[in-house]
Amino acid sequence: MSEKIYKVQLNGVFEGPMDLLVYLIKKNEVDIYDIPIALITDQYLKYIEWMKSMNINFAGDFLVMAATLTHIKSKTLLPVQEDEEFDDPRMELVKPLQEYLQMKSAAEHLSERSILGEDIFNRNINKEDYSEPGEDDIVNVCLFELIDAFKKILENISPNQRLELTADRVSVKDRIAQLIDSLEKKGSLTFGELFSSDADKGDIILTLLAILEMVKLSLVRIVQYVRTGIIRIFYL
Amino acid sequence: MENIKNIIEAMLFVSDSSLTIDRIKSVLALDDTREIKHAFSALTGEYEARMGGFYLCEVAGGYQIRTRPEYTKWIKLLISPKPVRISKAALETLAIIAYKQPLIRSDIEHVRGVDCGGILRMLLERKLIRVLGRREIPGRPLIYATTRQFLEVFDLKDLKDLPTPEEVEKLSNNEQENT
Repeated sequence: MSEKIYKVQLNGVFEGPMDLLVYLIKKNEVDIYDIPIALITDQYLKYIEWMKSMNINFAGDFLVMAATLTHIKSKTLLPVQEDEEFDDPRMELVKPLQEYLQMKSAAEHLSERSILGEDIFNRNINKEDYSEPGEDDIVNVCLFELIDAFKKILENISPNQRLELTADRVSVKDRIAQLIDSLEKKGSLTFGELFSSDADKGDIILTLLAILEMVKLSLVRIVQYVRTGIIRIFYL
Repeated sequence: MENIKNIIEAMLFVSDSSLTIDRIKSVLALDDTREIKHAFSALTGEYEARMGGFYLCEVAGGYQIRTRPEYTKWIKLLISPKPVRISKAALETLAIIAYKQPLIRSDIEHVRGVDCGGILRMLLERKLIRVLGRREIPGRPLIYATTRQFLEVFDLKDLKDLPTPEEVEKLSNNEQENT
């Protein structure tokens, strides 16, 4: 292998080990069903060396693939007993590669479609301009209304309750799971129901963080009733 | 019922997402969908005969009035829309979700071989994918699937409208042979 080839690679940014592997296979013009494993492994490892020397931080995923390649290479070196059924060790690579290539072309196909907002457009109507809030209508709450409601909950806890500096007992993730459990049962909860009256500050903060995280993950929808001001959390 | 075709056209005019036959059926309190389907095909025919600036697009299980691609340039000059730009990595992730849904994050990462957390968050924010729930296995991972918005953005009638992976492969192979 001449140095030149690796210089060309400077321009190509490989997003992951699969990307690199596909590049090497294409560059060598080999069939994915008949990969010259020694050659590809060699080039793959050289590329990783090169990344190291360029001080590029590469993910461990690259190393996993390197290990897989070396493993397959070593397997192909083992003598095969005649009576044993011979499974090509390279098949381990073929299926994921095939799948990856398929998805790559599928992605290309998607990008070639006419994309709404890029190639074609529809009428853009701002619904809020037209609809008038009815009696039991709900609006989407913004962060500040959430914080206001949060303040109210905080005011309700007894002032002599001290913030205990203990290690995190429940993580945000656990709290999300708890909240989902009760949301699954009831469908929706009011903001007040989320906090038990004996909850301490740490608990309350944890719950709020959990809710914010759930909104980010589109797990719940938060709305506020116009008339009563009650904030309700819906499980999506 | 008075001119149902005009009613539907008026609805299409104000609707901001693709209008389904079922939705119209419930709004008009009709018993069957034959008349609605008939109206849609009449409208499609009229728009095609007129060859004006827009057409009736069958998308995401319904219908939507959209501008003809010939006039994209002018629309862009008028409203200078935020570019939709979806990165190659995000498209790959989206394709995997579209073809293999419902699936969990590790399924996606298994195919792509790299971490997809950031991309998934971005796709969720853009409402191209959604969370269906959690899989009842250790760690209770989130289950992902594509949204109606995905169909609308990529001009797909429904998920079956996507070519099968084999078809896609054939298409790209043909292209390579032609070039």
